[in-house]
Amino acid sequence: MLEIKNLQATVAEKSILKGINLTVNPGEVHAIMGPNGSGKSTLSNVLAGREHIDVTAGEVLYNGKNLLDMDVEERAREGLFLAFQYPVEIPGVGNIYLLKAALNAKRQHQGLPELDAMDFLNLVKEKVKLMEMNEAMLYRSVNEGFSGGEKKRNEILQMAVLEPTLAILDETDSGLDIDALKIVAKGVNSLRSPQRAMILVTHYQRLLDYIKPDFVHVLAGGKIVRSGGPELALELEKEGYAWIDPSAKQSTVNL
Amino acid sequence: MNNTTTQIEEIISQEYQHGFETDVESDAIPKGLSEDTVRLISAKKNEPEFLLEWRLNAFRKWQAMTPPEWADVHYPPIDYQDIIYYSAPKSQKDGPKSLDEVDPELLKTYEKLGIPLHERAILAGVAVDAVFDSVSVATTFKDKLSEKGIIFCSFSEAVQHHPELIKQYLGTVVPVQDNFYAALNSAVFSDGSFVYIPPGVRCPMELSTYFRINAKNTGQFERTLIIADKDAYVSYLEGCTAPMRDENQLHAAVVELVALDNATIKYSTVQNWYPGDKEGRGGIYNFVTKRGDCRGPKSKISWTQVETGSAITWKYPSVILRGDDSVGEFYSVALTNHRQQADTGTKMIHIGKNTKSTIVSKGISAGFGKQSYRGLVRIAKSATNARNYTQCDSLLMGDRCIANTFPYIEVKNASAQVEHEASTSRIGEDQLFFCRQRGLSAEDAVSMIVNGFCKEVFKELPMEFAVEAQKLLGVSLEGSVG
Ligand SMILES: Nc1ncnc2c1ncn2[C@@H]1O[C@H](COP(=O)(O)OP(=O)(O)OP(=O)(O)O)[C@@H](O)[C@H]1O
Ligand SMILES: [Mg+2]
Repeated sequence: MLEIKNLQATVAEKSILKGINLTVNPGEVHAIMGPNGSGKSTLSNVLAGREHIDVTAGEVLYNGKNLLDMDVEERAREGLFLAFQYPVEIPGVGNIYLLKAALNAKRQHQGLPELDAMDFLNLVKEKVKLMEMNEAMLYRSVNEGFSGGEKKRNEILQMAVLEPTLAILDETDSGLDIDALKIVAKGVNSLRSPQRAMILVTHYQRLLDYIKPDFVHVLAGGKIVRSGGPELALELEKEGYAWIDPSAKQSTVNL
Repeated sequence: MNNTTTQIEEIISQEYQHGFETDVESDAIPKGLSEDTVRLISAKKNEPEFLLEWRLNAFRKWQAMTPPEWADVHYPPIDYQDIIYYSAPKSQKDGPKSLDEVDPELLKTYEKLGIPLHERAILAGVAVDAVFDSVSVATTFKDKLSEKGIIFCSFSEAVQHHPELIKQYLGTVVPVQDNFYAALNSAVFSDGSFVYIPPGVRCPMELSTYFRINAKNTGQFERTLIIADKDAYVSYLEGCTAPMRDENQLHAAVVELVALDNATIKYSTVQNWYPGDKEGRGGIYNFVTKRGDCRGPKSKISWTQVETGSAITWKYPSVILRGDDSVGEFYSVALTNHRQQADTGTKMIHIGKNTKSTIVSKGISAGFGKQSYRGLVRIAKSATNARNYTQCDSLLMGDRCIANTFPYIEVKNASAQVEHEASTSRIGEDQLFFCRQRGLSAEDAVSMIVNGFCKEVFKELPMEFAVEAQKLLGVSLEGSVG
């Protein structure tokens, strides 16, 4: 589904990604861990198409297509979803309005008719229930005045409605209380299927207690320095990142 | 729309073919402005003596005045002797015969705005009778209104059929010498609308989704007068979201509203005059004086405006809160893109006791657009317990546009409560990226963000107008994001 080959990228002329290789197959869940500033969000953003990141080398195939050639919205309509580490607020725009516009944009792309108002409402309400959110949230402005945890949950609500093929969750677990973490995990797990894949960026093992990854990778200094199974996360929890070769860590220290 | 050159120069450079004296029958009079011009206009319109005197008085006052310079708008000086001050409404004979003959770019815009098919044709200047029988629609409409005793007609018709109302109210809200442009308008006004709602009558429909088409040929010096008698209610819609072109570059309209005891007037405008091309060439100069007088106790006047057009906008719809417990409101969205300039705002003049005013102004600048909000809240000594709430937000797109806020507050009564909030924000790259990541196109994303920003104003517009206005903002901002 996703094939990243030797991906290198710079931000403001600073080299951040230094040759990422990663293959994600349908049905798989990959966790990406790593020290602060190692490039996890940058990688997520490159995949989503963020413009200020310059790809300097490498390629990315998504369902056989050249992902890097696609517009941001095209990637989204093709089923790539990014849950943001820092969700933005959009004053005056109703949450439900955004959901509808997003879903219809995707359906149109797929050649499907727009959902009628009733069907749409039923769908959204079902997902709101799944996320154990208050329906009133639907009618508030996107993320405006939401607490940190509510914003994260709102991201997963959007994901649940859009039913992406490849979901990238950038630290969706940060800032969640224990109950919310379980709910988010439930939302994510409900989407797991042999056709879908997920990349979870996280710092903590506890998310992986609820969403079992197939693979765990450690990103440090712009490279994947280690990959393994779920046990790697447990090891990291115990040992931290001290074992990483300091030359690989270099860029993260040079803030 | 940028490729159509204006016809102003062409018209201005035309030599006049007729002598001065014999012109009553002809379509246009020579350019230039003098007492004779004013007399000629009045004669052509067959106006009563009092109106001619009124115009002449305005003209004499105007001669002694100079254009205001305090507004932050810049344009070359206007030669007032180089303008034609009267031309009869154009016949549609020369217009296109069907939609096939209309500029496809223009049609595309109408489509984007969701303008109904038959209206598109009319707006594009296709002869009306080729489209539908407008007369019958107009007649049904008029019957319904006259049943209730409502007068809704062109200003010229009102002068002929209801001179006593004109005499009683004209110039009582905007005195002829109020400002340079109002004085000019008073001297040479062409036509406009007149509305009178009798006591106790609630106007059963919005004036005037249909008439917005008919009102097209009112010329560059439009004059509107709306009177809501005791306990009456009316909601009036001016303008149209479709791009309006006009060969006259200078527009100086005057609108006067009078609300008597316990009456309510809601006046909504969507202004979308030609803004000029990307360099700002050829756009309309829109210098408007709009004022409402809450003359009776418990009366209410509410202005809602969406301003997206014109090269230059100079406009401050105001309310004089004379009656005790009267209410004034101003809700405004102004958008400037490319080289557009707008200096707009409002004045709330509190005179009566317990008077209340609300100002919500949303300014959006893109491109090299430049805009200023200028608001005056004056609480007179007599206005015990007056209250004002002002909220003034600016949204910037890109870093070459400018937004300024100039709030003026004068309080002469210590019991007044005046609240002012202001904010400036930029459409963030983050917001755009977020929306696009959810599958929206960049243009839809901008339009959604901007409409969110304007929500408090749009909710004041009549429903279908609001829908059109939302689309209009989207269309007006096209191309303003990468
Ligand atoms: N716009 C930018 N300008 C300059 N440097 C940037 C910019 N965006 C990111 N960086 C730098 O790129 C590096 C990687 O950042 P990134 O956000 O990808 O880290 P991360 O692994 O997600 O960290 P965290 O765990 O703290 O979220 C950091 O050193 C960061 O300062
Ligand atoms: Mg990060």
